Amino acid sequence: MSDVNPDVKILFFARHREQMGIANCLLPISHHCTLAELKQKITQRYPQFANLRSPIMAAVNQDFADDDQVIQQGDEVAFFPPVTGG
Amino acid sequence: MMPSTKIQVQIQTANFDANQLQAELQMDAAVGAIASFIGYVRDHGDQSNVIGLVLEHYAGMTEKVLEQYCQQASQRWPLSAIMLIHRVGELRLNEPIVGVAVASAHRQAAFEAVQFLMDFLKHDAPFWKRELLADGASAWVEQKHSDQQQLVRWSQDNGQ
Repeated sequence: MSDVNPDVKILFFARHREQMGIANCLLPISHHCTLAELKQKITQRYPQFANLRSPIMAAVNQDFADDDQVIQQGDEVAFFPPVTGG
Repeated sequence: MMPSTKIQVQIQTANFDANQLQAELQMDAAVGAIASFIGYVRDHGDQSNVIGLVLEHYAGMTEKVLEQYCQQASQRWPLSAIMLIHRVGELRLNEPIVGVAVASAHRQAAFEAVQFLMDFLKHDAPFWKRELLADGASAWVEQKHSDQQQLVRWSQDNGQ
């Protein structure tokens, strides 16, 4: 048994945070999965994730990421709408 | 070898003085040009009768993205310093939202680097604006297609 934290820390921002009703959550994964697979796991726990307004941007460990990106245990994954700063 | 660029990125709730932004960069004797951009809260955006903004950001990633683009600008143009301030939290009408100032020996590098930084900030830096309206309502701002198109020019030519 390893002592690695099995959880992925998931963050939601702006409109997506409001639509989810939570700003963050922890979701355990076994070993690793793709971002697309993580999205399915999130939807199983939080059905409202399927209704988030498109487009949904994603970042893994604070870098922009696509659906085929591999997620490891302990990673930080964020979902948010297109940005509007400046 | 290009001399190193002094890069300063600040995310803050406090207001800032646009004049101070430039004054800080003027210290270096090699500086021949400073170009800057200040973005302010205005009374109309996606909605009319805007009285303020609430700005949300992704603490950590926002700083990381902005520092990456400052590094890219410093590799692309000969810059002695970059200072970038972006506010978060609640902002009132006419207050500054963002300030970018760039110091260089010559004006063209300074002008171009400011535009480059603002174009990428608008497209990639994780900030989200909510407009506060006179009637008490509020609404998230939508990303503009024109902000995406601004990036095209930086991929078509190679700058320096």
